[in-house]
Amino acid sequence: MSLPVGIYDCDIHPTLRSAADLEPWLSQQWIEHARDYGALRQTQYTTGSPYHKSQPNAGRRDAYPPEGGAQGSSLPFLREQLLDAHNIGCGILNPLIASQGVRNLDHSIALCRAINHWQAERWVDPEPRLRASIVVPYEDPIASAAEIRHWAGDRRFAQVLLLSRTSFLPGNRRYWPIYEAAAEVGLPVGIHAFGNSGWPVSSAGWPSFYMEEMVGHAQTSQSGLVSLVIEGVFERFPALKLVLVESGFTWAPSLMWRLDKHWKTLKSEVPHLKLSPSEYIRRNVWWTSQPMDEPENRRYLADIFNWLGWDRIMFSSDYPHWDFDDPARVIMFPATDAQKHAFFTGNAAQIYGRD
Amino acid sequence: MQIDCDIHPGVPDTAALFPYMPAHWRDTSVMRGIDDLQSANYPDTTPLTVRPDWRPARGRPGTDAATVAAQCLDPFGSDIGILNPLFGVQTLYGDDLAAAYASALNGWTRGEFLDRDSRFRASIIVSLENIEMAVAEIDRCAVDPSFVQVMLLAGTSRPLGRRQYWPIYEACVRHGLSLAIHAGQEFRNAPTALGWPSYYLEDYTANAQAFQYQLTSLFCEGVFEKFPTLTFIMLESGWTWVPALLWRIAKYWGGLRFEVPWTNRSPEEIVRDQLRFSLTPVDGPADGDQLRRVLDHLGSDRVLLFSTDYPHNQFDGADPFPDVFDPALRQIISSDAPLAAYPRLGGAP
Repeated sequence: MSLPVGIYDCDIHPTLRSAADLEPWLSQQWIEHARDYGALRQTQYTTGSPYHKSQPNAGRRDAYPPEGGAQGSSLPFLREQLLDAHNIGCGILNPLIASQGVRNLDHSIALCRAINHWQAERWVDPEPRLRASIVVPYEDPIASAAEIRHWAGDRRFAQVLLLSRTSFLPGNRRYWPIYEAAAEVGLPVGIHAFGNSGWPVSSAGWPSFYMEEMVGHAQTSQSGLVSLVIEGVFERFPALKLVLVESGFTWAPSLMWRLDKHWKTLKSEVPHLKLSPSEYIRRNVWWTSQPMDEPENRRYLADIFNWLGWDRIMFSSDYPHWDFDDPARVIMFPATDAQKHAFFTGNAAQIYGRD
Repeated sequence: MQIDCDIHPGVPDTAALFPYMPAHWRDTSVMRGIDDLQSANYPDTTPLTVRPDWRPARGRPGTDAATVAAQCLDPFGSDIGILNPLFGVQTLYGDDLAAAYASALNGWTRGEFLDRDSRFRASIIVSLENIEMAVAEIDRCAVDPSFVQVMLLAGTSRPLGRRQYWPIYEACVRHGLSLAIHAGQEFRNAPTALGWPSYYLEDYTANAQAFQYQLTSLFCEGVFEKFPTLTFIMLESGWTWVPALLWRIAKYWGGLRFEVPWTNRSPEEIVRDQLRFSLTPVDGPADGDQLRRVLDHLGSDRVLLFSTDYPHNQFDGADPFPDVFDPALRQIISSDAPLAAYPRLGGAP
């Protein structure tokens, strides 16, 4: 399949070679704190995830840099294996380094600031095809808003990054200072699947398998989106652009139908909503593509694209993770050149575009 | 022949169950003031819980067999109605108290409905506080052929695929019962995986996510392979979310099958073979062509079962079907599919 030149990849995960990578931007206090106490999260292990991934770091086995280090820790190798090989003209960095959900809020604030410097100076400055996400200590929304305003106008940053597993549903008012600041500085808010909420990963308790955790990110993202809509975040911040990253998207049409149906019955409970739920979603929400779902009949995906709108879905690879989607193999059903252009380039240029 | 697979009789209060309860539990219920167990899944007063024309001047709708038959069987032309009581016995803590109330509820359903109108069938309600006691209750009730399924709630303490629950599925197979999962929470977990929402609209919408977690668990744990003859029936679940879930499971199954080596059939095959969904609420698009495409995505015209969801407010009038469902499809949903989904309806009139 022929692709547009210089496509957007809306989900790339850079990582540290070691914790020392962040030390230029951390005070001695936090360097010593991390050395002695680590980063406290709402989960059982000191490092890693509650469900063990299918491969180390959930990374592709062929993505270890030749000079050593974890998958995604080398800019030269990322250039070669991702940007050059797959014709990526613009890549959005979403670091998933323990920082955002850290329980010690002062530590979280310090780590997020350091990661933002690290992205800007170690990745974006030397590689103009990359752009960073402002990671914020989201369990301290006031500090998060300050972090967003600190980087306001810095064109190395393309969005504000949250994780999907926050301690409270994302529409909860405690988080509104984050949305207010993002809308004010004109940056989209990306919510990437993962994080540690402190709640079981399903509303029916803890499942057995990593596979269930992975499938379940879609349902948890659904709950998050419902919360954002029903709490009135898009009513209060009509200019806010929300991007759901690695949450899946084929569920979105059904969710909109369901929300609209039950909202019609129960709308007296939520008089702060002036539009139907689907109208807010169609106005304020975009999705990234990876992981592209796999129906037996791939043409069914074309229905989903048509119902959701070809202007709402943006290509993402998830490099360097094992479930990477190859842009040359991601649209396995008939699509027009205009549709492909929107998917690979046009939509993301509108959301993240520098110019 | 038409079978309504999701009817909710109204339990007036706990006193209505006392005739079906041992003296100890009756007396201590009075002593403690346990007057009502209406769960927060369905508060009496919301516009969703009761359709306006089914809301009585006082009390709960559908508390007796004659009323349910007059409001829910006759107007729809249903020949059989399956009763799924939603009184909150599954939310009780403590093995003995919970088992006593579940048993009393089943006794009430039998005494007040099944014994009074031969058109009714019912779910066996069990508490999951103690699985052995749940199985004993299934064995006790299954003697009456009018009980056609065991009903659990979508929001459980642990996902329903886990092996601790398998004795319940074994009991279903042993007795020729189906296994139903109905919308609602036991309130052992928050209604969402991100905690408690602010609005009932979110609580109710969250049922769809709970069903998705449960189907994923049943798939991954190998329940469909272990119990290949057992039909799982999702009640008041909605069903337009099903295709996207199957595709996502298939995506990760491709990469992570090493974790679940006992799974042999694809998610799409399993839905066709063993999963069914009640018709209402129809959580579908207004556009008829889109709805037809959703039916295509489901991969089978045999997976939906006729339901009114009485007395919940899911549609107006006497026809819950979307306009685009043609007579042949309505026939399948009303009759053929339910008869196939419930082995115990084999002898139905």
